[in-house]
Amino acid sequence: MSDLSASETRGYEPTLGDYFALLKPRVMSLVVFTALVGLLVAPVSMHPVEAAIAILCIAVGAGASGALNMWWDADIDAAMRRTAKRPIPSGRVAPGEALGLGLALSGFSVVLLGLAANWMAAAILAFTIFFYAVVYSMWLKRSTPQNIVIGGAAGAFPPLLGWVCATGSMSVEAWLMFALIFMWTPPHFWALALFVKTDYGDAGVPMLTETHGRRVTRIHVLGYTLLLVPVAVAIGFTSIGGPLYLALSVVLNARFLWGAVQVWRRDEGAAEGDSYATEKGLFRQSLWYLFLHFGALLAEASLAPFGLGGW
Amino acid sequence: MTIRVEHELHDRRRGRNTGVGLILVGVVGIVFALTVVKVLNLEEIAQFERFDHVARPQIDPAVQDAMRAAAEARAAEEAVE
Repeated sequence: MSDLSASETRGYEPTLGDYFALLKPRVMSLVVFTALVGLLVAPVSMHPVEAAIAILCIAVGAGASGALNMWWDADIDAAMRRTAKRPIPSGRVAPGEALGLGLALSGFSVVLLGLAANWMAAAILAFTIFFYAVVYSMWLKRSTPQNIVIGGAAGAFPPLLGWVCATGSMSVEAWLMFALIFMWTPPHFWALALFVKTDYGDAGVPMLTETHGRRVTRIHVLGYTLLLVPVAVAIGFTSIGGPLYLALSVVLNARFLWGAVQVWRRDEGAAEGDSYATEKGLFRQSLWYLFLHFGALLAEASLAPFGLGGW
Repeated sequence: MTIRVEHELHDRRRGRNTGVGLILVGVVGIVFALTVVKVLNLEEIAQFERFDHVARPQIDPAVQDAMRAAAEARAAEEAVE
């Protein structure tokens, strides 16, 4: 019974699900959606098999960076209630296993993407993994309250990656899709930070709400929303936009801007009075905002063959 | 009849091993499908045949040019004769 005694020494035998949890599946779903839109709205079509493998590689690469993030941030995760049950802090997976899985999946996804699509896409995927694991996790996250702004670039790369997979090059449309997610991340995240009681401070992670206060956070939400609006609307005037996207974008941005102004005007007393209803509303709105923008881009591309989408 | 003691750990390992096996089969399937698609999308099959483990002078562009030039020279000589 040596196999049992070995596992008793270790305490727990991880399941496949424990390893899968290291890949942050919920983040992967957003990555898959935006990368797929980037690939489908590109002017060059890919073979369906190559496209499916490219999307799979981008998803696996995102998962790999999630595993590397969990390996590095195990001490932070253990100190916070929200993340204490993750595989490493809960003892279900050893840190070395997470590191090995992250590195192996990174290499696998980058090489296979190079073979399936092109090497520029593979290089961008490798850079994205590096950016999330090293620039964000190892450097920015613990050193500046602007961590999520710059680190948000890692989450903004997927649509650009999808575009590069199809075309082999970058263009203004691809960079605008990148900028849309990049500018959307701060108001989305800080709206959440305003109404969720976090323990980032106990874990030594500088969050804007705790380092500079809630008033400054509200100003930042409005400031980044003002930067987001022109980017989102500008996409409507490019080759991947169209009347449907533009109309929807104007409505969504007007609503989002109004919500950000409401959040900016409130003080803590008013917010506590209605249990942060406005902040929660802006956060919910931000989820729909991104989904509908990319959904509209997909609709424009889908309608184009019938002479309906695009300009 | 052998005595076989099952432990909860064995079930968990069996599930994990089955999962890893399915993932590996999936990877093989992906690489095979990608290979088929790449080969079928080649402009001419000679791109696929090229130097498959063994040097094949007859498909070397330089050799092909030399052979073509030799054939043209031979044809020219025959025309003179």
